[in-house]
Amino acid sequence: MNTPVNTTPVIQLRDLAKTYQTGEVEVKAVRGVTLDIQRGDFMAIMGASGSGKSTLMNTLGCLDQPTGGNYLLDGIAVAALNRKELAKLRNKKLGFVFQSFNLLARTSALENVELPMFYSQPLVPLRERHHRAMQTLEKVGLGNRLGHYPSQLSGGQQQRIAIARALVNKPELVLADEPTGNLDTRTSIELMGLFQELNDSGITIVMVTHELDIAAYCKRIVVMRDGQVISDTRNEKRRSAVEEIATLDQAEQKAKLA
Amino acid sequence: MIFLDYIRTFLLRTLQTLLISLRALRRNKMRSILTALGIIIGVASVVAMVAVGNGAQARITSQVSALGQNLLSVFAGSRKSGGVNSGLGSASALTLADADAIGREVPDVVAISPEATTTAQAIANGRNWSTTVAGESPDYLKIRDWKLASGSMFTGREVRSAAKVAVIGSKTANELFGPLNPVGQTVRVGNIPFVIIGLLESKGAGMGGQNQDDRIIIPYTTAMKRITGEKYLRSINVQIGSADRMKIAQEQITSLLCQRHRLAAGRDNDFNIFNQKEIADTVNSISKIITLLLGSIAGISLVVGGIGIMNIMLVSVTERTREIGIRIAVGAQPGDIKLQFLTEAITLSLLGGLIGVLLGIGASKLVEVFADFKAIVSTGSIILAFGVSFAIGVFFGFYPARKAAQLDPIEALRYE
Ligand SMILES: Nc1ncnc2c1ncn2[C@@H]1O[C@H](COP(=O)(O)OP(=O)(O)O)[C@@H](O)[C@H]1O
Ligand SMILES: [Mg+2]
Repeated sequence: MNTPVNTTPVIQLRDLAKTYQTGEVEVKAVRGVTLDIQRGDFMAIMGASGSGKSTLMNTLGCLDQPTGGNYLLDGIAVAALNRKELAKLRNKKLGFVFQSFNLLARTSALENVELPMFYSQPLVPLRERHHRAMQTLEKVGLGNRLGHYPSQLSGGQQQRIAIARALVNKPELVLADEPTGNLDTRTSIELMGLFQELNDSGITIVMVTHELDIAAYCKRIVVMRDGQVISDTRNEKRRSAVEEIATLDQAEQKAKLA
Repeated sequence: MIFLDYIRTFLLRTLQTLLISLRALRRNKMRSILTALGIIIGVASVVAMVAVGNGAQARITSQVSALGQNLLSVFAGSRKSGGVNSGLGSASALTLADADAIGREVPDVVAISPEATTTAQAIANGRNWSTTVAGESPDYLKIRDWKLASGSMFTGREVRSAAKVAVIGSKTANELFGPLNPVGQTVRVGNIPFVIIGLLESKGAGMGGQNQDDRIIIPYTTAMKRITGEKYLRSINVQIGSADRMKIAQEQITSLLCQRHRLAAGRDNDFNIFNQKEIADTVNSISKIITLLLGSIAGISLVVGGIGIMNIMLVSVTERTREIGIRIAVGAQPGDIKLQFLTEAITLSLLGGLIGVLLGIGASKLVEVFADFKAIVSTGSIILAFGVSFAIGVFFGFYPARKAAQLDPIEALRYE
């Protein structure tokens, strides 16, 4: 059979478990999660605080190894890899967006976005690095802020830089742990607009959020409780951020006229 | 081709890492300088101490060898009874017969000069100057490796006839005659007129610091008969044919004189032999020890500097925990992080080394202003200083770098 499109799921989880051992106490943060995430999906992970969302994300992000079950990232068994190989995998196939932005301070937007290419193998030539970082910053709408330091930018702009950094190495998957957690409502919706736009262009996104309003922009919603998935549904009434913003703008106009 | 590619990648990565490190150091300029201070001081003192030590050693060595080649000086008087300086040459022990015996019976002696000296007033050209008057043999100039600027030395015949001829030092000549050529002039010493037949080349300050050029040399016979009026010699200067025969010759002279002076086995000698080679060797080994000692003290400050670097690198790793977490998250391998912090430590200590070398050279030049010798800054000590700085950077940077590389990215990213 000839399939021009890669149809293996980006992520295949089989009975994935993560147990933390702190002294005498065992904390089963994730217990038996089985999931497939297809290319082009836009998935939200929801759940109460302490339900294991971040732990699952960190494991998906190859920042940590699971203690049980199987994890295939793009067909590669992650459990067998050492720190060095995990680092290569993160660099090539994954992009991270954090709640607290996690940009390098006193480092320009451009250089922050260049950072992943710095660790790429084979080495990305300097010129190409600049070029790609600039292009990506333009894609997230910050083409005019290349030389700015994070401290000179708003929260929403900083998160856009972080997204550009996550995208610059053309990853298979972007992982975002509460990316709107530190942003106001309007900026959050704008950011979701960016994510939707990126997803429309084919990028796979997994996002943790505990706000239903935010999850409503995703295509698929997974809910966790006590380290397990308790529901996994397609979001039929998906909201469009672009439309929301337009509505918000109109409301604002009216308020001003009144 | 693959190999070349590998090298190229490696170089580019190292360069990249170096740039990151330089940047991090520049961000904390003051802290970097203070941290490097230990290395700076350490390296500067090693370089300066070695330079000054070498310079002083070279200076003393040249002074010792300026005394003459393979020189043995026999002084009258015992070291113990008379003290080192005042006792020597003052006792009534050495005679011309002793000098003759040494010349005759010690085979390695190639030149010999009995010496009778005193201080006297010299009058010439209407001027008056107190100077050293030394009775010597014609061999004296050869023994002391001393040349004439003009005229000639007196001969054996003039010694035998106790002729009233003199060879004059450049300083004395200058005091008495000014710019005039003294050769052919007359100088009165103790009211006796001497014809000046030669002018010595300038030799500068001697080992004790006294000016060697301030003297009048006359035949020892004339000196003993007309100036000192004594039948005893102050000393006998002897030149030995080769350096490795010095010790044997010294032993032979000692036993010869003991026999001639009928010294019983247990008694102190009434003479003393100054062995130029022995002195030179002693001076050399002492100055080597001092240089080594000063060098190791400076070395300790290098170690202290290294510990300072380790300390600040540990602080830096803690401060930049989040940065490390970010780098690891976007794909930095443990080796990348290790290299980054190691490079930072090495850059810091090499920079300290560079400033230290410059300061050390400066300090050596400063010492030159106050001392009367040239400091010798050796390439060896500079290379050593850089090598040691590098090693310190690697050694004391390794632990912090490893600590950084082993950080857990999840915890690092959460670090406040
Ligand atoms: N490093 C750790 N060591 C021990 N327990 C941990 C660690 N990280 C998380 N946990 C525990 O695992 C559970 C899940 O945490 P987390 O995944 O952060 O939840 P969420 O992101 O959904 O709020 C919690 O009970 C938490 O206390
Ligand atoms: Mg969480």
